[in-house]
Amino acid sequence: MERYILSVLVEDKPGVMQRVSGLFRRRNFNIDSITVGHSEKKGVSRITLTVAGDRKILEQVMKQLNKLIEVVKVSELSEKESVVRELALVKVRTKNESVRSELISYANIFRGRIVDVSKNSMIIEITGDSEKIDAFIDLVKIYGILELARTGITAMIRGAKREVKK
Amino acid sequence: MLISGAKALVKALEREKVEVIFGIPGGATIPFYDELYDSSIRHILVRHEQVAAHAADGYARASGNIGVCCATSGPGATNLTTGIANAYMDSVPIVALTGQVPTAMIGKDAFQEADTVGITMPITKHNFQLRSVEEIPTVIKMAFKIAKTGRPGPVLIDIPKDVQEREGEVTFPKDVVIPGYKPTIKGNINQIKRAAKLIVNAERPIIMAGGGVILSNASQELKTLAEMFFIPVVTTLMGKGCFPETHPLALGCIGMHGRKVANYAINDSDLIIAVGCRFSDRSTGAVSLFAPEAKIIHIDIDPAEIGKNVRADLPIVGDAKSVLTDLISCLKGIRKEKTEWAKKVEKFKKEFAPFMDYDQVPMHPARVMKEITKVLSSDDIITTEVGQCQMWASHFLPREKPRTFLSSGGLGTMGFGFPAALGAKVAKPETNVIDIAGDGSFLMVCQDLATAVEEKIPVVVAVLDNRYLGMVRQWQELFFDRRYSSTFLGEIPDFVKLAEAFDARGIRVTKPEEVAPAVKEGFESDKVTVLDIIVDKEANILPMVPPGRGLKEIIE
Repeated sequence: MERYILSVLVEDKPGVMQRVSGLFRRRNFNIDSITVGHSEKKGVSRITLTVAGDRKILEQVMKQLNKLIEVVKVSELSEKESVVRELALVKVRTKNESVRSELISYANIFRGRIVDVSKNSMIIEITGDSEKIDAFIDLVKIYGILELARTGITAMIRGAKREVKK
Repeated sequence: MLISGAKALVKALEREKVEVIFGIPGGATIPFYDELYDSSIRHILVRHEQVAAHAADGYARASGNIGVCCATSGPGATNLTTGIANAYMDSVPIVALTGQVPTAMIGKDAFQEADTVGITMPITKHNFQLRSVEEIPTVIKMAFKIAKTGRPGPVLIDIPKDVQEREGEVTFPKDVVIPGYKPTIKGNINQIKRAAKLIVNAERPIIMAGGGVILSNASQELKTLAEMFFIPVVTTLMGKGCFPETHPLALGCIGMHGRKVANYAINDSDLIIAVGCRFSDRSTGAVSLFAPEAKIIHIDIDPAEIGKNVRADLPIVGDAKSVLTDLISCLKGIRKEKTEWAKKVEKFKKEFAPFMDYDQVPMHPARVMKEITKVLSSDDIITTEVGQCQMWASHFLPREKPRTFLSSGGLGTMGFGFPAALGAKVAKPETNVIDIAGDGSFLMVCQDLATAVEEKIPVVVAVLDNRYLGMVRQWQELFFDRRYSSTFLGEIPDFVKLAEAFDARGIRVTKPEEVAPAVKEGFESDKVTVLDIIVDKEANILPMVPPGRGLKEIIE
């Protein structure tokens, strides 16, 4: 199964997220992640979705999304041509000083930030593509991850190019 | 102008030229009904909200206009949902209005509160919840536009009680812009040219016509195309009537209970020109075995239908009428002699003519269909319930005109035919309307004999009375070793007495020669007529393609 990233512009109206997520459930499509926030246009929000499946499924997903009245535009973002980012907050157990310093050095290597420190734990904020975040999590899990929060992917096409409607 | 929300609603509906609303009032719609009291819009009081939705659906199918139904909040709205889902599956333009608890009470589990917008999201083309009086004219305009244009479908508007009561400043727009909504009407001309080329070069072409042909009023164009190249025409259940079944090129319906010649012809074709259909499993049988040698031209207004169920070799997105018109003009001047294929299909059609001359009593339903046909004119409207009765009607009753065969195709809703007949008769009071029913289906909605009688809607209900949930019984007989689990309905009720209890007329029909006179009597009467037609309890609807099989694997 491939992973595809879709950028969906929707009218900022109550229930629009339910329409989009409900569509995926009803049509038996899989969402890996979904993020939403305001776009550059007033009254229009941008939903970024990652979808698992093949080309045929993707085509149906895009067509079905386009049928929703409050969906203004659906575009596929290729990972090559796009900036793809996810943010994660990772709370790691720090049982002693050496763990703490190891974590700080890892955070630096990954260009993460320490955003909270307590006696027994530390929260690291890390941004990047999903693979980078996976790698970081993999690295620190031996210390014990107490909590993990990932935002899901948001993405944007590179350069002056605008998304093309499909 | 400064008016109440309820008044704004009624005015907006009047401006959309709504003539009739099917519904039942309730706590959350009293202000609306108070305004309706003084309106020119006719309100037809039904006895169950499911009937309101189906009647609006039947009205829309028969007339081509938007049907409107109305229910109160909570249980009223949930009762509507079956009818809304039915209209959604068959792409019927209806607008459903539902009352809702006052805005301040929403989410508090108030009395008769249900999340109507949430519940109906997956079964409507779109839905709205009103939050202000000021937005009413725009929302109504949008709702009607969305319901009717593009691929039609149901739209629901949920109206909190306080929005009906409050006053607000409203203006009525002439048109509305919906940013994310631009249906494609005109087909891509290059694709159409390619289609023309395929048609000219095909050796064994066939037209597969669906409900979209009826929705876009493209029957004439379809006929022109078929006749230009002697292309045989099969229809889906939803397309029945879009091409005259008395025409030499007509092969009837395909599918699970389709005509043998239709199923064979489509499977042997080398080019399928599919117009306004969605290749449902009941039409295609096992997709992997469907028309293995055929290229498929798929014309549909909904891009999502293309490639959804079957591969499309040449997709054309657009309105059937517009695309066919362009296609015909691309083919202008080219004519073809009657092909070997057309001749062969014609020969098969004669050989495979369905047998209907059963003499037995209790009657075989196929014979009943033959007798009914004797008194049917081409304008008469047939509605059907769902199950064996529906398939007998679709297999044995020929239709020549669009909008004269109204059946629940996608959802397969038992209890659809009678309310749809009421809606159709209201839309076309001068036309004879007959519901081909089964006893199981009719009992789901028979309380609305009250509506038919009180509102003087003289339809005929022909109950094929076999005391079974016949289609399930048939499957149990064929595939479950005759274990009739929960399909026998018992020997009650007496349908003649049932009709009489509602001051309708009941006629019992037991012999073939009694069928036609009874139907005629019903058509000529200004009373609602229920025909209790006693049929063979274990008659099967055949031919049949078992589920999951190819269209040529027919049980006869």
